[in-house]
Amino acid sequence: MQNISNTMHKNPKLRLAALLTAPILWLVVAYLGALATLLVTAFFTIDSFTGNVLQIFNLGNFQDMLTDVAYKNVVLRTLGIAISVTIICTILAIPMAFYMAKIAKPRSRKILVALILTPLWASYLVKIYAWRTMLEPGNGVLEWLLGPIGFKSPGFGGPAIVIGLSYLWLPYMILPIYAGLERLPNNLLDASGDLGAHNWHTFRRVVLPLIFPSLVAGSMFTFSLSLGDYITATIIGGKLQMLGNVVYQNFSINLPFAATIATIPVTIMAIYLWMVRRTGALANL
Amino acid sequence: MTISRNARFLLATLLGIGLAFIYIPLTVVVINSFNSSRTFSWPPTELTTKWWGMALDNTGVRDALKWSIIAGLSATFIALLLGTALAFAVSRYDFFGKDVISLLVVLPISLPGVVTGIALNNAFTKQLGMSTGLLTVVIGHATFCIVVVYNNAVARLRRMGTSLQEASMDLGANGITTFRLITLPNMASALFAGGLLAFGLSFDEIVVTTFTAGPGIQTLPIWIYNNLFRPNQTPIVNVVAATLVFISIVPIYLSQKLSTDSSSGGRF
Repeated sequence: MQNISNTMHKNPKLRLAALLTAPILWLVVAYLGALATLLVTAFFTIDSFTGNVLQIFNLGNFQDMLTDVAYKNVVLRTLGIAISVTIICTILAIPMAFYMAKIAKPRSRKILVALILTPLWASYLVKIYAWRTMLEPGNGVLEWLLGPIGFKSPGFGGPAIVIGLSYLWLPYMILPIYAGLERLPNNLLDASGDLGAHNWHTFRRVVLPLIFPSLVAGSMFTFSLSLGDYITATIIGGKLQMLGNVVYQNFSINLPFAATIATIPVTIMAIYLWMVRRTGALANL
Repeated sequence: MTISRNARFLLATLLGIGLAFIYIPLTVVVINSFNSSRTFSWPPTELTTKWWGMALDNTGVRDALKWSIIAGLSATFIALLLGTALAFAVSRYDFFGKDVISLLVVLPISLPGVVTGIALNNAFTKQLGMSTGLLTVVIGHATFCIVVVYNNAVARLRRMGTSLQEASMDLGANGITTFRLITLPNMASALFAGGLLAFGLSFDEIVVTTFTAGPGIQTLPIWIYNNLFRPNQTPIVNVVAATLVFISIVPIYLSQKLSTDSSSGGRF
């Protein structure tokens, strides 16, 4: 033991190697290796008779994907859902986070943060299951609650998916905005008010530009988590399909094509991360 | 601050609506677990606790809970080892490619679960010829759990600095003793928080699990998902769902306790 300790102490390169070997093997060789293998599979094809993967390099899958209108619709629908979810979460989160950070007393602030954090630990499936009972057409909880003011449940489909995903990811949007607002000095708001700006004006010209990196940080969750989801669509989406559903369905019958479809969300995320990097939002996570 | 009374009232109302949006569905889940009706009916006409007893005796639920805990603890253990080692390497050494590490660890949770899932399934079953089971589930879960341990450990190491370790070494302790008596105790709460998050992520994971578990293993989320559309299982699913809602309070309580400990430690 003493010997090992001495050798390690004298040799920083050895220490570094000891620290890095296992995690790098795991993340680069196992994880990135698996991803790379999947990407390569996207250029293969299957034997239409046996269903086995044939390792012949070709671009047929990508051609199929780009020419079939059905896939274009799924991509646009998924993007539309992910963007709607992000917008809804932003609109809901800003006033909530603002009240928590700037108006609530320190004591109630702590309780409010706990109230926002708690549902993050409640199971994903339970929350979507809850929305199944909320949105059930005819005898759902929402119709029972809001029926008297003329509310009709949208049933299971696109709107239900947007509601369910917004519900799931709302806390991920509130928390970065809250953190951003907390860092924002109060005297900036005072100064803006003293110079004659009204509440709305101060918000739009002072607060919003300063919390923009927090908004982007929150959107990374709401957007990327919505983009790849297929469970929510299966449970409350009715017959509607998202990109994830197409990948899931092709997985067992045509793996190369599933891999091809999987490159779409990965590419969109790569572009998004690249754009986001310049706003400095990655440091706000 | 110069926020008008009207604006305050408006913001408080919006916060209230937001909280209602968050908590009404969870409350419905809890009430439904006491709903005496076998199928879904709202509002409940009669309340009962008999489903809770049945759920406790349900072997499917108990097995699923057991698998979830085993997989969660194993994945957390691996994530703690790998995440901490990586955090030490990044915050105490300079090496080629250091900048991409933070991107590399965050990749498994930022890419869609279905992509990670089929990539791992393909690698395990087709390339390596393994059969799916507990081992593959643990490997899959550990991969996306590393990031939360890493983030917590890096933040703590940055705040700690190196002076305590240097002092310990100057006083004659060797590397191992210093790590055991100085570094590790100072990192304990950060590692606990990271481990708690890692276990939470693993316990709730469904997509990667779907592709790595195989038929032999049902974790709790997989059990819920498989029974969600079976009408005769509705009461049991309701109870399991309500239990998971209640359990979500535990980590919040633990982390609040942890943070008050450390802040009072700073004050006195």
